[in-house]
Amino acid sequence: MSENILSVKNLTVKYKSREIGTCNAVNDVSFDVAKGETVGLVGETGAGKTTIALSIMRLLQSPPASIESGEILLDGEDILKMPDAHMRKIRGDKISMIFQDPMSALNPIDKVGDQISEMVKLHLNLNNAESAGKAAEMLEMVGIPAARFGDYPHQFSGGMKQRVVIAIALACRPELLLADEPTTALDVTIQAQVLNMMKNLKTELGTSMVLITHDLGVVAETCDRVAVVYAGEIVEIGTADVVFEKRSHPYTTGLFNSLPDITGGRKRLQPILGLMPDPTALPKGCKFSPRCRLCDESCTREPIALRLESGTHFVRCLKMKGI
Amino acid sequence: MLNLTTTAPEAAETEVTEDIIVVKQRGMFRQILDRLVRNRSAMIGFVLLLIIVVLCLLAGVIAPDGYNAQDLSAKFEPPSLKHLCGTDNLGRDIFTRILYGGRISLFIGVVSTLFSAGVGIVIGLFAGFYGGRADNVAMRVLDIVMSIPAILLAITIAAALGTGVNSAIIAIGIASIPIFARLTRAPIIQLKNEEYIEAARAISASKLRIMFRHLLPNILSPLIVQITINVALSIMLAAGLSFLGLGVQPPNPEWGAIIVSAKVYIIDHSYMVTMPGIVMALTVIALNLFGDGLRDCLDPRLKI
Amino acid sequence: MVKYIIKRVIYMIPVLLGVAFLISFILYLTPGDPADVILSSQATEAMRDAWRQERGLNDPFWVQYYHFISGIVLHWDWGTSYVNGLSVTDDVMLRFPNTFLLACLTTVIAIVIGILLGVFTAKHQNKWQDTTFSIVGMVGISMPQFWLGMLLLIWFGLNLGWFPIAGFDGPKYWVLPCVALGVQNAAILMRFTRTSVLDCMRQDYVRTARAKGQVESVITWHHIVRNALIPIITTVGSLFGGALGMAMILEQVFSINGLGRLMVEAIAMRNYPVIQASVMLLAVSYSIIFLVLDLLYAAVDPRIKADFKNQDFFGSRGRKLRRLSREEGAHA
Repeated sequence: MSENILSVKNLTVKYKSREIGTCNAVNDVSFDVAKGETVGLVGETGAGKTTIALSIMRLLQSPPASIESGEILLDGEDILKMPDAHMRKIRGDKISMIFQDPMSALNPIDKVGDQISEMVKLHLNLNNAESAGKAAEMLEMVGIPAARFGDYPHQFSGGMKQRVVIAIALACRPELLLADEPTTALDVTIQAQVLNMMKNLKTELGTSMVLITHDLGVVAETCDRVAVVYAGEIVEIGTADVVFEKRSHPYTTGLFNSLPDITGGRKRLQPILGLMPDPTALPKGCKFSPRCRLCDESCTREPIALRLESGTHFVRCLKMKGI
Repeated sequence: MLNLTTTAPEAAETEVTEDIIVVKQRGMFRQILDRLVRNRSAMIGFVLLLIIVVLCLLAGVIAPDGYNAQDLSAKFEPPSLKHLCGTDNLGRDIFTRILYGGRISLFIGVVSTLFSAGVGIVIGLFAGFYGGRADNVAMRVLDIVMSIPAILLAITIAAALGTGVNSAIIAIGIASIPIFARLTRAPIIQLKNEEYIEAARAISASKLRIMFRHLLPNILSPLIVQITINVALSIMLAAGLSFLGLGVQPPNPEWGAIIVSAKVYIIDHSYMVTMPGIVMALTVIALNLFGDGLRDCLDPRLKI
Repeated sequence: MVKYIIKRVIYMIPVLLGVAFLISFILYLTPGDPADVILSSQATEAMRDAWRQERGLNDPFWVQYYHFISGIVLHWDWGTSYVNGLSVTDDVMLRFPNTFLLACLTTVIAIVIGILLGVFTAKHQNKWQDTTFSIVGMVGISMPQFWLGMLLLIWFGLNLGWFPIAGFDGPKYWVLPCVALGVQNAAILMRFTRTSVLDCMRQDYVRTARAKGQVESVITWHHIVRNALIPIITTVGSLFGGALGMAMILEQVFSINGLGRLMVEAIAMRNYPVIQASVMLLAVSYSIIFLVLDLLYAAVDPRIKADFKNQDFFGSRGRKLRRLSREEGAHA
């Protein structure tokens, strides 16, 4: 048995629509998550991060989405080849997901307690009373009084809804947790609370995690390793320390330069100019080349491969320092 | 609801040249038109409607003798090449009558809809925009009107106004005012607190200008769809009134009137009822298809 | 909740007074003199005037309206028929059950068929089942009901002889009118349900349920359909109103002794009390159905139930819907 709880190999996902054409959402993405590790997927909105997570859950709407190629191994078993019934058992039990928007992720006409116990009942083989008890326990665990078991989602604030969503995701003590922008919809103060809570729960339950975010601060605080995603490709992957320090790919550099630096130094932020390429017509060579200051003719000729920079640090760039 | 002032991102073609981002945009109406032309149901509906309307308008050319030309030697002839829809008890060509009648039916449908849409939209705009007492009064009155089923209201008004095309138009028009008023008011109440309306207020745009220039265009798409569908409903309602002996009367060839005058002969000559009904159903189908397509094109969010 | 029901019932009073006002006013404006229609042509002007005087037709509108209302409130007297001199309550109550039964039967059948087909087509979106039923539904919506009624009468009543063609005396008699009336409503509901289900299918909470590993049938019926039915409840109300009105037209086709026929006769005879009483009765039953549906609405949607408890919801469906759509809008 491998050390990795999850390993994504050469995943390619396309969205096909008659009106817009074929949209290359995820292109040949590979990464591993070791047991107990937290991997961050960083990138702008629309880079394909959520699509990667939904592919792992096998929750992509098909059509229009279709997984063109690749493998997603969970404990060595390919999720993409599993029969539906088996996959259903895994979902929620072994892998679970925290969704981006807590406002709409809960069913408006079910009590929050019931929504948690629905999860428990499906996987833990408990009777109604026991699963309700377990759900109440989960509510307490995420910091909501169990007395609010019978309340409806509209009676909760955004932060509390997100806690409920997290309670659902963690109810069956999953081995792998996919957290899709778990804090984006929340106020800054609540963000910190939720992040702390997730960190604590993670250590308590020993869960591995894939954290999707565009917030580099969140990554620095929580992730062991980072993959920077741009236009459906991983452009840089390595341990958080190395990536944050070296910022080898021009896009990673750009991301950091567009953040305010509290140590002083720079006065003006440097945005990355331009927009992400249209996913229906990606550049042939480096996907970042149209926006890259270092770009020259060699960058646009053919697809660029991920190259080993040092140790476990890979970068997809020809202009990398040291080559 | 489609926010008509913004452009869908798909329509923006971006191009990066050094530090300047150039965004090319197609006009909003152009986009909707493009989508409409590509929409199958809208096009089928449109073509069908066009055929029906053109045939009705050309009734004088196709059948110059008029809808009351009798040929007593050719009574009750079933549909044939000579008489596409057969002839009636007086030997009148039913197809001719349907064509001439179509002018009346379509006229009633369109005019009564424009009437109710005009009145309803204005009521809804003012009630929604001013709120407070004006809104309360308008809504209470609409509550009253709406607690009488529309058909019943139309029947009663038509009974009071007497027979004829005009009274049918007024009766049907009044009966559909509440739909338009409510359809207008509900989104206005949401929109009037939006920031762009506040912005318009901030530059002291007049209330009328805010209502008609800023609010109305943003809620237009569901109204346009409702107008299309309401024409169909009005045509059916007008036929229903004729059927009850209210509204338009035979020998006027309004479609409902043709059917009701054929009622006596259905046992032996059912085509006299079937044919005008089919044409009427086709017209309504065309309008509904077009309305459906229009809805998809005006509000792409609903379509996957 | 009880408080809300009482409030709603109380609110019905001004609305019904308004309906009475509206209908009396329309009839007041009607040109032509009932005396001309009802009295023989030999009647002298004096006789006519006496006849009018006796029925209060010479009074100003407000006096007539006051008499109409006070008659109902004080003596439960809905008026006397101009034609047979009897109380109109008997006339109307004799016919009303037929009309009401026809409308109810039709609505119930339309609900069952429409919702089932709507869910079915949504689940098979863009497959052949969906396309087929969409076409059938489009045709169903577009056929004028009285015309469809005549066709059914010709085919199944006259030619095949399967069903009786006149009257409304038992289940066998109900079939054709109900089908004629129900096809359109079922088609409308099917389309509405389909849209609503498709909309709910795309909601995030459905994805959440899938992420829990929930089985597809529970996702469909528990998570999707229950949410999808909420907006449908209001539609059912207006469909019932349409059915009541259309039932009156279909009564002509199938010779059913209902309010529609009574009203058509009354209109021809300018028998105002009968028209007034019929319209009032239909408005009352329509309002009651709407009230019931509103309560049902609250029962299935906790967001609305909360509003009942916390807020003054004095009889306005609009306010409730507005609130709902605001919430929904915030999510979108």
